[in-house]
Amino acid sequence: MGDRPIIRVQHVVKAFGKVTAVNDVTFDVWAGEIFAFLGPNGAGKTTTIKMLTTLLRPTTGSLELDGLDPATDQTEVRKRFGVVFQDPSLDSDLTAWENMDIHGVLYHVPRQTRRERSETLLRMFELWERRDDLVKTFSGGMKRRLEIARGLLHTPKVLFLDEPTLGLDPQSRNQMWTHVRNLNQAERVTVFLTTHYMDEADRVADRIAVIDHGRIVAMGSSGELKQHTGTDSLEAAFLALTGTTIRDESATAADQLRQVSRVWRR
Amino acid sequence: MSVVYILWLREVKKYLRSRVQIVASLGSPLMYLGVLGFGLGPVFQRAGEGKYLQFMAPGVIGMTVLFTAMFSGIAMLWDRQFGFLKETLVAPVPRLLIMIGRTLGGATVAVLQGTLIFVVTLIAGFRPVSLLAVPLAFLVIGLIAVIFSALATAIGSSLKEMQGFQMVMNFLVMPTFFLSGAIYPLEGLPRVLGALTRVDPLTYGVDGVRGLLTGRTHFGVAVDVAVLLGVGVVFVVFGAWRFSKIEA
Repeated sequence: MGDRPIIRVQHVVKAFGKVTAVNDVTFDVWAGEIFAFLGPNGAGKTTTIKMLTTLLRPTTGSLELDGLDPATDQTEVRKRFGVVFQDPSLDSDLTAWENMDIHGVLYHVPRQTRRERSETLLRMFELWERRDDLVKTFSGGMKRRLEIARGLLHTPKVLFLDEPTLGLDPQSRNQMWTHVRNLNQAERVTVFLTTHYMDEADRVADRIAVIDHGRIVAMGSSGELKQHTGTDSLEAAFLALTGTTIRDESATAADQLRQVSRVWRR
Repeated sequence: MSVVYILWLREVKKYLRSRVQIVASLGSPLMYLGVLGFGLGPVFQRAGEGKYLQFMAPGVIGMTVLFTAMFSGIAMLWDRQFGFLKETLVAPVPRLLIMIGRTLGGATVAVLQGTLIFVVTLIAGFRPVSLLAVPLAFLVIGLIAVIFSALATAIGSSLKEMQGFQMVMNFLVMPTFFLSGAIYPLEGLPRVLGALTRVDPLTYGVDGVRGLLTGRTHFGVAVDVAVLLGVGVVFVVFGAWRFSKIEA
């Protein structure tokens, strides 16, 4: 763990009309740690990530990333993080290498560095042999790995992973977390992830914030959460904290699109 | 500059790789050219207007450019949720550069597609009056492409759901095509229809291309180009503004 917060969120509220997606959330993330947001769909995890990644502005409250405000200092903040969204953001009609290369140009990574780092990262995520294949021929796990590799190309200080294992089979999920752990060690990058799988938060995160209905209901290491609630598994702790198990929320427009895309693509 | 270039290159590369799509998108222009061109040809000739193919070929080229450009904008809706667009929205570069790269790429693809149809019309028997005018005609085609790519970007940035797609096709793209004078002469139209054709930017595009390729023009090529430039500036500014407002 580092000695200063790289992310500082204070009393943040985000309302969409009458719906309050994030309701007075306060937390710090320390440089170098793996921090997990654990909660059901619709709890406010993605909204928080969108605010930190400059895509949304908070209704009230303040956010800081590396001492900068994502709402007002967009360009500088964007240089400092990499992000893997819940939905794919690769260009599947281009090759893995081309996807990396475009990212490098967008982030003004000098050509030589771009090439060297692309190679290092593609090797690290076991995609080097497939670098000249079109992304649409990749499996779900490979696509996710490529997205993470791409997000790291400009050596960000923070890597956001929004539900990175959604839709992956257990083996790919396992492999994914091994990769995340390794890169956290090798690159000294702070990882901010969201998940609704409790076993994953338990296994990979240094600290976990349990979020439900837009509020943080508990925060600490997996051990602390269990101790705090007097339970022996994170699942039981979650139940004790929220009074519910992970549940499904009503579908939004994006969920419906997502549904269509799954039917079309598989 | 490198940002604009790489995004432009991306669109062009994707186009050149999608052979099936290229062939598939030739379908409707070919249908118009074949069925209307040869079906209405005899009537057109009897009315003393000359060869219909000669008249409508520029219209079909304009239509191809319109359709291709508009589709690239609709694809953006998809791209925003499940594609590459989101990657560009969090990149540390001004949205304006991203919009320009995308729009120029979309416009280039539309011009390439228009070129293909131009070749097809030549094979079908279309004859430009002067070869020297062909490059000039392509400048006008380029203007049409930029106008509708920018409009498509504006629409793609504003729509929230796929259902909007059908609406855009029915209430914007098809009327733009049918009101453009692509398939009928603008002379002697009923007043309302005549007025509608004059607010359709494609009308000036088709008229300009037709003027340069066949010598037959309603407004005069200079007027056409002036209108297209004016509309182009407005649409690009509008598209850039809408694009800057996207919240992912």
